[in-house]
Amino acid sequence: MVGMDASELGLLVAVMLAAAVEFVEAFTIVLAMGITRDWRSTLAGTTAALVVLVIITGVAGYALVQWFPESLLQLVVGTLLLIFGLQWLRKAVLRSAGLKALHDEEAIFREEAAAAEGAGNETIMGLDGFAFVVAFKGVLLEGLEVVFIVLTFGLTAGNVPLAAAGAAIAGVIVLAVGAVVHRPLSRVPENTIKHGVGILLSTFGTFWAVEGLGVFAPGGESLEWPGGELAILVVLLAWLVVSRALIVVLRRRVASGGPAGRAEPAAV
Amino acid sequence: MRYLVAFGRFWYDFVVGDDWRIAAGVVGVLAVGAVVLATGLGGTWLPAALGLALILVFSVPILRAGRSG
Repeated sequence: MVGMDASELGLLVAVMLAAAVEFVEAFTIVLAMGITRDWRSTLAGTTAALVVLVIITGVAGYALVQWFPESLLQLVVGTLLLIFGLQWLRKAVLRSAGLKALHDEEAIFREEAAAAEGAGNETIMGLDGFAFVVAFKGVLLEGLEVVFIVLTFGLTAGNVPLAAAGAAIAGVIVLAVGAVVHRPLSRVPENTIKHGVGILLSTFGTFWAVEGLGVFAPGGESLEWPGGELAILVVLLAWLVVSRALIVVLRRRVASGGPAGRAEPAAV
Repeated sequence: MRYLVAFGRFWYDFVVGDDWRIAAGVVGVLAVGAVVLATGLGGTWLPAALGLALILVFSVPILRAGRSG
């Protein structure tokens, strides 16, 4: 952390938190397959997914840097990050207001374990096919979100290694804690972390997408926010206040028994 | 064709998610910003105005979802 400026620290923390949430979800699936089926096949599926993720990261990162000028990269990546972040923030707001079910790692573990116990015993090259495929798909899908965050944050901030380091640190922490407790990490305050990550993703997405609009201005240079990078703190505060205000308003509606909307399922 | 549709659906769910109105609102606000800049009407006020507009396109669908029963 020594020698880092505020935006680098924000980048590291945002990627670490976002990656940790995804790693916890992937860990639940891997643990369910390993315990109920076969650890060797589960770890083979996990490793295969990690190899695919590394290749995707390398190819996509290289292509984006080579083909896009800086302001266009900021616009495209910032817009994707903003839309992606606002979805996280929306879910966190609805969950905090009681309008969406909380993510329950224990329940997901039980469902995955029950499905694994009831599945057939087809083997592929000496490996349990079910455990391999489920672990592969689970790690690949959750990992893609980590890759997306690492690339969008890393490329726009011009520091992919720092973003990748944040994800790696989160992975090591989740694995270490998971190895010690050897059960689903259900005590992680997942919605609180998702709320924080949603705010961070939305903040950086807003900042970069607006900067990137400069590609349409005469000269095509990135747009300047008043106050430069300090504006990031103002944008962050704005998203924090708005999301908290939305939670308060929606909770009041729920408490007053008024039209509170449909409770959505817990997915993602 | 089936795989192409599945691939497209995966990325749609991945980026846009459950509420397409938020994504559409973000794209709309940025498109307006692009037009303002392209026509030379931009100023130091533009980033803050766009930021406020983004907050609106996020908040309104959530408040409306909370109203519908």
